[in-house]
Amino acid sequence: MSSHKEAIKENSMIIQKEMLAKQFKDLSMAKELGKKVVYTFVPGNLTELILSFDMLPVYPEINALQSGMRKKSAEYIRDAEKIGFSEDVCTYVKCDIGMMLNGNIGPTGEKIPPPDLLLLSYTGCFTFLKWFENLERLYPGVPVAMLHTPYQEDGVMTEDQINYMVKQMKEEVIPKMEMVSGQKYDHARLSKMMENSAKAEDLLVKILESAKLVPSPIDAYFAGVYYIGPIFTAFRGTQEAVDYYTELWNEVQQRIELGLGPVTPEGEIKEEKFRLVVEGPPNWTNFREFWKIFYDMGAVIVASSYTKVGGVYDLGFRHDPKEPLESLSKYCMGVYTNMNLPQRVEMLENYVKEYKADGFLINSIKSCNSFSAGQLMIMREIEQRASVPVGFIESDLVDPRYFSYSNIKNRLESYFQMLEQRKIILKQEATTI
Amino acid sequence: MKSLEQLLAECEEAAFDLQFKRAKRWKAEDETRVIVGYLPTYIPREIIHAANGIAVGIMGTGDRKQIIKGDAYYQSYICHLPRGIIEMALDTNLEGFDGFLFPAICDCVRNLSGMFKLSNKGKFQRYFDYPQNFSAHIGGKFYIQELEKVLEDIFNVNGVRVTTESLNHSIGLYNTNRQLIEAIYDIREASPWKLSAVETYYLLRAGLGMPVEEHNEILEQVVGYLQNERGEPMDNTRVVVSGSFCEQPPIGLIKSIELAGCYIVDDDFMLGSRFIIGDIDHHTDNPLSALSEAYIHQSTFSSAYYDVGNPKGKRLVALAQRRMADGIIFCAASFCDPALLDRPELQKEADAAGLPHINFQFHENTGQFKIIKEQAGTFSDSIKLWA
Ligand code: SF4
Ligand code: SF4
Repeated sequence: MSSHKEAIKENSMIIQKEMLAKQFKDLSMAKELGKKVVYTFVPGNLTELILSFDMLPVYPEINALQSGMRKKSAEYIRDAEKIGFSEDVCTYVKCDIGMMLNGNIGPTGEKIPPPDLLLLSYTGCFTFLKWFENLERLYPGVPVAMLHTPYQEDGVMTEDQINYMVKQMKEEVIPKMEMVSGQKYDHARLSKMMENSAKAEDLLVKILESAKLVPSPIDAYFAGVYYIGPIFTAFRGTQEAVDYYTELWNEVQQRIELGLGPVTPEGEIKEEKFRLVVEGPPNWTNFREFWKIFYDMGAVIVASSYTKVGGVYDLGFRHDPKEPLESLSKYCMGVYTNMNLPQRVEMLENYVKEYKADGFLINSIKSCNSFSAGQLMIMREIEQRASVPVGFIESDLVDPRYFSYSNIKNRLESYFQMLEQRKIILKQEATTI
Repeated sequence: MKSLEQLLAECEEAAFDLQFKRAKRWKAEDETRVIVGYLPTYIPREIIHAANGIAVGIMGTGDRKQIIKGDAYYQSYICHLPRGIIEMALDTNLEGFDGFLFPAICDCVRNLSGMFKLSNKGKFQRYFDYPQNFSAHIGGKFYIQELEKVLEDIFNVNGVRVTTESLNHSIGLYNTNRQLIEAIYDIREASPWKLSAVETYYLLRAGLGMPVEEHNEILEQVVGYLQNERGEPMDNTRVVVSGSFCEQPPIGLIKSIELAGCYIVDDDFMLGSRFIIGDIDHHTDNPLSALSEAYIHQSTFSSAYYDVGNPKGKRLVALAQRRMADGIIFCAASFCDPALLDRPELQKEADAAGLPHINFQFHENTGQFKIIKEQAGTFSDSIKLWA
């Protein structure tokens, strides 16, 4: 069960903690600081644009996951269900609405101010649309800027689609930002920020790709969710993000030099027994216990799709200072959940091969159709194409009712046994050849 | 000439023909004809018609097909509709279909489009993205581009190019189709006993699998018959059913509501057939633009249509008031995020307007209706008691 030991922290983690503390402090003092507050989503976020207007972004998904980690989500979800939200729907939405009903207290214990603008960057998940339609009614009078991101239906981004997005930004999003912030759109400033974005993105890719080494110096899922935090949220485009990733990359390089394994809350993994690629978001309510099942078994996640929801930088995309609005459009269209299923399968197949994974595992989230619908087909495809054992577990993001520790542990133990068996067989085959 | 009863029986059969025989027969008569299957809710069928095709609504298997393989593709917490559709795709039901369109209504349908792509079903599989920007030169233009992609897909199959005339002609036919459907709803508003909700459902759903010309003929005859008296008025409660959206309720559910003493005076079961309100210009030099304008300005409210500035709660209440409904029955598919996430707001608006409501969830293959019938009966009685 959950360990009560104090987690071991590296310098980059301390830096990130400070960044977040400052962000929530600023948010709690938004009025005094004269800052306007924009609620928006992680996939397809326009953080640089928001920051270029000196506004503060809030990501309700992040609040929901933090509520899950702080064991607040059960109560919030219950309260949302009391006002009519079905048990069946996305728990992030209910957790967020429940948090709002309970005073909108953020992860640092400070109140998150109400939005001045709801920026509905509608990317890769239909529920976002419904979520902000609901918020619009809960915060009457707050303007909503809709940015519709076309789906990569054909697996490509066309000029027409990019033009459609740029036009929406110019005629819908930017005018509303100007109105709310009282500032004019500053192209040069946005462009400058994108230089920082690209620098941080380069570093993030190096960090995530370090997991191609055997043994891997990082866990690209459980630790990966911390690594992506700053760049997927309020800090993309800032110098702080560049500094954070520089520090993190230094740490990873040191670990590579020293031949150390991934850092877990209980120290380094001493022996990498299994390398896995994971599809699907993690569970947040029991995050530490969940992770522990893996590191206790020497299982390291070498690549994951979840760490690509806020951008698939390892496939080559970078924010481009030369054409900031176009590159924001391409960024939005490129995020993992906006990729069509054949693209997702191809990416995961490549991960299994390039990261030399022993297996492919799906953590299917009960309330997230954006990820879950189609996962069983993805699993079959990967099994056939990459010829590795596949595993399947189920949980939820923030609803503790759907996290069954014993079920998950049993399933994973059988899965690891299967991987172990396969390793023995492969070894025997190699020696007989 | 067929009697009303014969027409209704024919429609009942056509509505649930999961082999889509009528559409396949039609296609077999000419080798440039194509069948394009589409999922709920709305597809501008006019463009497919103009390209010498038939747009066939694939509304799920309901309780009429045993799901054997489909369940292996979906976790238990995903709605029922896509597993039935995969079952049909793996079986023979969709053989002969040239392409498939997946309207942008939810992540399940979106990812299903990818599953069809991965398994190469049909000659094309296209996710049909609706714009959520409603300016003609932004979202409207995007919509036209989506229409053009579908036309190109069909052209690649049958070599048929649409013309202004052919598009205008098709738009005209679908205008007639919607006019006739609305005429039936108007008759039922005044005299709901003349045609039950179940019969209406058969009539509308049958139209998803036959040429629009044939459907129009049937509807015209039905409208003619309904000018005469039929059935006896009863002391029933008038309700609007809302939330059915995409996955279809089993007929047993609709029947149960009626048997419990409710006249369903409006509903959104066959949302796609009624999506555009009013006529679309069919004497135009630019029919694609007319279709786009209609989508932007004449769409009904639905869970797939971004409604800030034109809230669906208010539109639902206005509909209920127009139909002189006594209450609303919310009835959405289990695990349907779009429909269920709309529900609290719709209920709030119903409360504000003093419209009583109850709420059910269903699967398309739900088999037990006793509780639903009891609850609908209690609801109906309580309305009568307090009216
Ligand atoms: S359905 Fe999934 S991707 Fe969409 S908002 Fe909910 S958790 Fe996020
Ligand atoms: S029933 Fe709802 S969730 Fe299921 S496919 Fe239809 S719209 Fe999507």
